[in-house]
Amino acid sequence: MSLELTARLPSRGFEADFGVADGETVAVLGPNGAGKSTLLGLISGLLRPGWGRGQLDGTVLFSAGQQQPDRWVPAHARGIGLMAQEPLLFPHLSVLANVAYGPRSRGASRAEADKTARHWLAELDASELAGRRPARLSGGQAQRVAVARALAAEPSLLLLDEPMSALDITAAPALRRLLRRVLEGRSAVLVTHEPLDALLLADRVVVMEGGRIVEQGPVREVFARPRSSFAAGMTGLNLVTGTATDTGLVDSDGVHWSGEAEAGLRPGDPAAAAFRPASVALFTDLPAGSPRNAVAATVTDLVPHGGLVSVRAGWLAAEVTPAAVSDLSLAPGERVHFVVKAAEVAIYRR
Amino acid sequence: MAHSAPPRSATKRTARRRLLAVLLGGVLLATTACSAGGQGPQQASGSGSPGSGELNVFAAASLNGVLTDLAAEFEDDHPGVTVRLNFAGSSDLATQILSGAPADVFASANPENMDKVTAPGLAAGDPVTFATNELQIVVPDGNPHGITSLADLADQRIKTVICAPQVPCGAATQKVSQEAGVEIPAVSEESSVTDVLGKVVSGEADAGLVYVTDVKNAQGQVEGIDFAEAGAAVNDYPIARLAESTNPDAAEAFVALVTGPDGRKALADYGFGTP
Amino acid sequence: MDTTTAAPDTVTTVPDATTAVRAPVPYWIYPLAAAGAIFVLLPLAGMAARVNWQEFPQLVTSEASLAALGLSLRTATASTALCIVLGIPMALVLARSSFPGQQVLRSLVLLPLVLPPVVGGLALLYTFGRRGLLGGTFEAFGLEIAFSTTAVVLAQTFVALPFLVLSLEGALRTAGTRYEAAAATLGAGPSRVLRTVTLPLVLPGLVSGAVLSFARCLGEFGATLTFAGSLQGVTRTLPLEIYLQRETDADAAVALSLVLVVVAVVVVTLVHRRSGLPLAAGIR
Repeated sequence: MSLELTARLPSRGFEADFGVADGETVAVLGPNGAGKSTLLGLISGLLRPGWGRGQLDGTVLFSAGQQQPDRWVPAHARGIGLMAQEPLLFPHLSVLANVAYGPRSRGASRAEADKTARHWLAELDASELAGRRPARLSGGQAQRVAVARALAAEPSLLLLDEPMSALDITAAPALRRLLRRVLEGRSAVLVTHEPLDALLLADRVVVMEGGRIVEQGPVREVFARPRSSFAAGMTGLNLVTGTATDTGLVDSDGVHWSGEAEAGLRPGDPAAAAFRPASVALFTDLPAGSPRNAVAATVTDLVPHGGLVSVRAGWLAAEVTPAAVSDLSLAPGERVHFVVKAAEVAIYRR
Repeated sequence: MAHSAPPRSATKRTARRRLLAVLLGGVLLATTACSAGGQGPQQASGSGSPGSGELNVFAAASLNGVLTDLAAEFEDDHPGVTVRLNFAGSSDLATQILSGAPADVFASANPENMDKVTAPGLAAGDPVTFATNELQIVVPDGNPHGITSLADLADQRIKTVICAPQVPCGAATQKVSQEAGVEIPAVSEESSVTDVLGKVVSGEADAGLVYVTDVKNAQGQVEGIDFAEAGAAVNDYPIARLAESTNPDAAEAFVALVTGPDGRKALADYGFGTP
Repeated sequence: MDTTTAAPDTVTTVPDATTAVRAPVPYWIYPLAAAGAIFVLLPLAGMAARVNWQEFPQLVTSEASLAALGLSLRTATASTALCIVLGIPMALVLARSSFPGQQVLRSLVLLPLVLPPVVGGLALLYTFGRRGLLGGTFEAFGLEIAFSTTAVVLAQTFVALPFLVLSLEGALRTAGTRYEAAAATLGAGPSRVLRTVTLPLVLPGLVSGAVLSFARCLGEFGATLTFAGSLQGVTRTLPLEIYLQRETDADAAVALSLVLVVVAVVVVTLVHRRSGLPLAAGIR
């Protein structure tokens, strides 16, 4: 399923061209008020633009202010699923009935719908929740059920609006793993604040600012060479690609990175290692015998970032205090060791 | 002021008390004022002439028009007397008088409610019947169904509205229909004559049974049709001065006016019969 | 001065972690609140004191009383059903759409709340009466509204409808549209969303609105008297029966009034219990 959309919504200062290729997951990043939710609203049919055109696999979703007469397909007839920030499970229905809601809406019999619902609950490791009321679910459980509900409706395109934002940090990784599994090969749009989500779940990244798309491209390209200030500030994530080993991965330069590997990752798999600039420590002399990842590099840039200083050396970035910068007499051209603990490095299948 | 010349300090005190009484409200005013003056009711009204003060007349609602006219005439004849008319259903008025409402004259639409007042001795002397009223068939203007007698009302197709038997006009209705041997299949039994008349005026009902005086009041909108059996339920209107009256002379004079030639003429103009 | 010694009393003590601190109510509020409560309760007590308890059973079970009570319950039920059928769409339109003149329409819809019932009765008379705007139309269809139980139901619905619309519109606004949007993205069309999501979510509001409407229908007097008339078993509801009994048999009127009060109390209590439905807590 592929989506093409172009729309203007002057009241929200929104103007964008957007597309999703068949089987592609697109991550939409951007600060609050950037127009990410507006974009999802336009795609799902909850918002109607004054001007624009949207098309899903050749079927017009909406058309306004174009040469041909205006057209409008309402949300329920688009076959596009939307998972909002909050799970929004219907409080008066059981978990099973919530998940069966989509199939029932498409005219399935109760038995068929329940079967589909049980299938998706099992897919999302939530079978045991079937009989419960939403009020008796934890945040993570509710979000899993919401994913099952969205998928049970068999949408040709799935929209996810910061699905992890309402979860505490302990529940997020589990949901992330589940999403990774179910989004595989699916056309989806994922709005997120979290670069790691984009990295792990998306094929392509779109960065929005002020209602416009300011940057887009393959995830790793955008992350490695952010052009927009937002992408630079937000991502800055250190990213290494290579091949998985027993304890981490080996990159194309033959450097071994130790880290926490994703479950199911086997040696030899294509893998990526990611870590935050804030977890990188800098040393002029390498401390001996430490079980850490260390890379020597020449400083290329010093950029103030918040109260900290972002120290760049090519693709590598570290965030340190101004005091550390002066202690280490850091300046472009200086050679330093970038050191990061294995526990801070996440290693995932590419 | 109603009071003739009490000592200066007493006047002041009285004035202050009266102010307080005004603040306390109408019912209190009446009682406080007379006790504050320290004078009996006879003295309060001066030396036997009905020339001053207020006269509270409690009268049946059906007397509204005629008594309003007569009260104006009375005030013209007795400058200084203000007549206050309180119109309501006779049973409501009787209840009010029994609960101590300050009334000087009571004019009831039937002897039963007057009896409620005379029984505990609240009336001064015997009540006098000053007017009578009879039922009449009331139909919309032009009498579209051509009704001529009470028997016509027995027709199911004629929507007739009558008073409920619990209220005086309903009791009268029962009497006349018994007299005529007619069963009226009423579509509604209202609790007041006004409601019966209203239904005919608005065209909801084809016919109704109300008093002659009511038909007269709604002239132009409805027509009254006399029927033979009306005489079976002649309604007597008694009037009486009340024993507790604070203005007995004026009350006496007012009763005299209503029962006298001017009163009879006015009553007749409004459709009442006179005894 | 007293104020210094009294001061510590006014300091709210810090409750344990699980108790929320309520905003303090000024002390002078309490006597006024008590006065208000007494003002409402005293007349009821006064009425109860006048009840002739020996004859109470006979008074309230007389043929006329039972006919009036039965008619009141039947018509109030029918009117409430009509209020639901007409009120749900009205509340939905008012809460979920916007169009020019919406504010004006809302005020007009709520008009029966502030109109004296007699005025409502007259308005109905000149609309549905035999000589009213629509009277001829109804008569052409063989429908006679004048002096029929239908007229009672119309009068009650007219005065009670705003209660349902008001309380349902509030519930709809509180519930918001997020669940409805979620249902739409799952493929549910507007009718299915209304049936399976919107109405279940606002059920507490709908129930309390319906109960209030029912209570209002039970108490309807003025419009019924003006518009429908008064005939035992057909149009004479309990309030009309009370009004009529008052003419001759004060004891019966008081006894019936008490019955009406009891029914009203039961109904109001029901609303208060209902407003705490667990479902309501689920809608944030």
